[in-house]
Amino acid sequence: MKTVLPFIAVVILMLLPLFGVTVAHQTQVFFGVIVPYAAVAVFVLGFIYRVVQWGKSPVPFCIPTTCGQQKSLPWIKQDKLENPVTTMQVVGRMFLEVLFFRSLFRNMKTEMKEGKAVYGSEKLLWLAGLAFHWSFLFIFVRHYRFFVQDVPAVIKMMEGADSFFQIGAPLFYMTDAVILGAVTFLLVRRVYLPQIRYISLAADFFPLFLILGIAITGILMRYFFKVHIVGVKQLAMGLVSLNPIIPQGIGAIFYVHLFLISILLMYFPFSKLMHMGGVFLSPTRNMANDSRIVRYINPWNYPVHVHTYEEYEDEFREKMKKAGLPVEKE
Amino acid sequence: MAKLSTPAELLKIDYNPPQSENWMDQPVELKPGNFCWGAKGKNLATVEFPNARDWSPVEENWKLPKDWEGTVLEAMADRLSKYRSFKVFMDICVRCGACADKCHFFIGGGDPKNMPVLRAELLRSVYRKYFTSSGKYLGKLAGARELNLSVLKEWWYYFYQCTECRRCSVFCPYGIDTAEITMMAREFTNLLGLNTDWISGPVANCYMKGNHLGLEPHAIMNSIEGMIDDIETITGIRINPSFNRKGAEILFVTPSGDLFADPGTFTCMGYMMLFHELGLDYTWSTYASEGGNFGFFTSNEMAKRLNSKIYAEAKRLGVKYIIGGECGHMWRVLNQYMDTWNGPTDFMEVPKSPITGTVFDNAASTKMIHVTEFTADLIKNNKLKLDPSRNDDLVVTYHDSCNTARGMGLLEEPRYIINNVCNKFHEMPDNTIRERTFCCGSGTGLNASENMEIRMRGGYPRANAVKHVKEQHGVNTLANICAIDRATLSASMDYWVPGTRVTGVHELVANALIMTGEKERETDLRGEPLPGKGGNE
Repeated sequence: MKTVLPFIAVVILMLLPLFGVTVAHQTQVFFGVIVPYAAVAVFVLGFIYRVVQWGKSPVPFCIPTTCGQQKSLPWIKQDKLENPVTTMQVVGRMFLEVLFFRSLFRNMKTEMKEGKAVYGSEKLLWLAGLAFHWSFLFIFVRHYRFFVQDVPAVIKMMEGADSFFQIGAPLFYMTDAVILGAVTFLLVRRVYLPQIRYISLAADFFPLFLILGIAITGILMRYFFKVHIVGVKQLAMGLVSLNPIIPQGIGAIFYVHLFLISILLMYFPFSKLMHMGGVFLSPTRNMANDSRIVRYINPWNYPVHVHTYEEYEDEFREKMKKAGLPVEKE
Repeated sequence: MAKLSTPAELLKIDYNPPQSENWMDQPVELKPGNFCWGAKGKNLATVEFPNARDWSPVEENWKLPKDWEGTVLEAMADRLSKYRSFKVFMDICVRCGACADKCHFFIGGGDPKNMPVLRAELLRSVYRKYFTSSGKYLGKLAGARELNLSVLKEWWYYFYQCTECRRCSVFCPYGIDTAEITMMAREFTNLLGLNTDWISGPVANCYMKGNHLGLEPHAIMNSIEGMIDDIETITGIRINPSFNRKGAEILFVTPSGDLFADPGTFTCMGYMMLFHELGLDYTWSTYASEGGNFGFFTSNEMAKRLNSKIYAEAKRLGVKYIIGGECGHMWRVLNQYMDTWNGPTDFMEVPKSPITGTVFDNAASTKMIHVTEFTADLIKNNKLKLDPSRNDDLVVTYHDSCNTARGMGLLEEPRYIINNVCNKFHEMPDNTIRERTFCCGSGTGLNASENMEIRMRGGYPRANAVKHVKEQHGVNTLANICAIDRATLSASMDYWVPGTRVTGVHELVANALIMTGEKERETDLRGEPLPGKGGNE
């Protein structure tokens, strides 16, 4: 269920524009203009809404997870990145976390061998995660060429690097293979590893199928079913210049690609994909371990009912005096 | 009480969860030996907790208050608005599974609901149902489910099988900390009166009498008198600590476990011998006679109520600063919560060692330093005369407490001390120490006797690493800086690695410490012959 349903959902989402633009040309405006605009609006507003919602809840306590030596005595070397006390050190920690998945890099695999728990190296998840996210980012930025008249030099450089091996025509982008491989790995592992399958929800499979669909349609378009690329650029530039046009003869598969991206954008703010924003707000990572140095303030700290020393002494005064303890009241 | 199986039987573990069904369709089964007895009404009433009544988890009727579902959901909304950690951690988990095999209870038990991700999902599923639109409309497909009695029982069972050790949070790419989630779940269960006897008893004791054990003022003094007698027997020196003394420079606070039972008492003797040798101007307090905080295992508010005594007493006595003893969760609280709750502490001064002159800027605001920070500084400045050969019969390894490691980063100080007071020290494997250290298996108030199976399961990964260095290097001593460790590791070592001595770091210090005017020592603090002195040596 949790695997099949998301798969069927993505297939249906692919068929909708395919049939739409093939059977009724008028729907090109819907799939090519209305849905993309709506998707971007939902994404931007939804993303902001979610982050604001998180931000509304305060962080009452200073709770970094410390993963290295604290700053204490001057001759003991502090681990500045794993146990930061200054803002710059926190930035350094977050930099490693966000760009290189530092914590996931620690991953290891526990196995029971001959009656002993052993912990083996397990970097595949980290590697696949990193490959997926970086290639996604690379491909995302590469698409910038469709939205400007003159392609900036930096984009050309990226394209050059990405097609470094000069295979085929059009030149083969490495990131295309990397993203396919990485997403497939993440998907297979979710189905194949018993622990991961057990914890997975439909909401874990859906984005994987969706992104796989986006990548496959993109690759098909570039290497196999050639679409009318000038038309695609016209459409893209029309969208960003708020002067949308629908060029003829682009090819249905482009609309499938675009529709899946639109779905991804709209789905994003309401899903676990928000980890993109959330990782910056995680108090165990983005706080300095300086709560002994500077008092951390909880905005909702409130007075509580305590058992005072006076009450304590009232109860135990005779016993205290007998034991020779000083008392406040004789 | 359930009979505890043999280690070999306990280790028949399959890490692969059943594949046929959704975990939501598996109702919880409260397995004997894996949970604690219910709280007594009188203890809950002492601290004004709601729904105070005797209850038992094994009875069908949990005597819940009317509309308990409403109470929980209201509290959940409240905590979501108060804790960004809770809110973000409910939303951003991608279920990558990196945490799955990092929990000591999962490693030692294999129960899939002890995978941190699934433990969190127990709560997340309810959160989705009531606080997200996808959960509201898509239900189970979106991983959402209704809150009902079966879910509540599952929460209770599994959130009292989490020791808030934060090991999973080290490996999580978003830093999701199951401790934060368990804390919330425990707040909710406490609103319904679903505490355990082993937590609520100490909480009530601590509130009324100043310490978890419920030692009254004269009993604390008696206990320390007994240790003083032992110290005199061993060293020939009679020390004379003071209690509730106004005008002392330093207030010393340690977990009450150190006052009560072996081997904690040996650590306590260690502190006192050290302080005596230094001529330290310090006092004990009978009112603030607890460093630990079992309130921390019930609710934020209760933790603050118990913690308030330390600063209040420091103020009343007019001390300049506070030294805290060897304890784990105590230092999580002192490092990350105390000043926020009960500060500011402008009535004290930044801690300064009267012996070395070192100023502890790292405690500039809380005015409270860890005793290993204090002692490491002494040793570094050559202020102690030490004879590490007195510990030569001990082949030592060191267990980092969860909280001092992952909630503070106190890693090198105790190691520096051990290396100066012992000649034989070997680390356990890297994957099991420092920020990756394993819980003793019995933190957060799980150190009862009726739940011995889950304790031994949770203690297995630590014991497994000890066994490894025992086989490799002949390690026979497990040093630590935590009162709960001293009690619970003793039990888990007896079970998994018999013949391993569990000791506090300051017991080792005091063994090696050459005190001014001491007689030639024949025994260590435990009354056992020193190496080369009698016995079978």
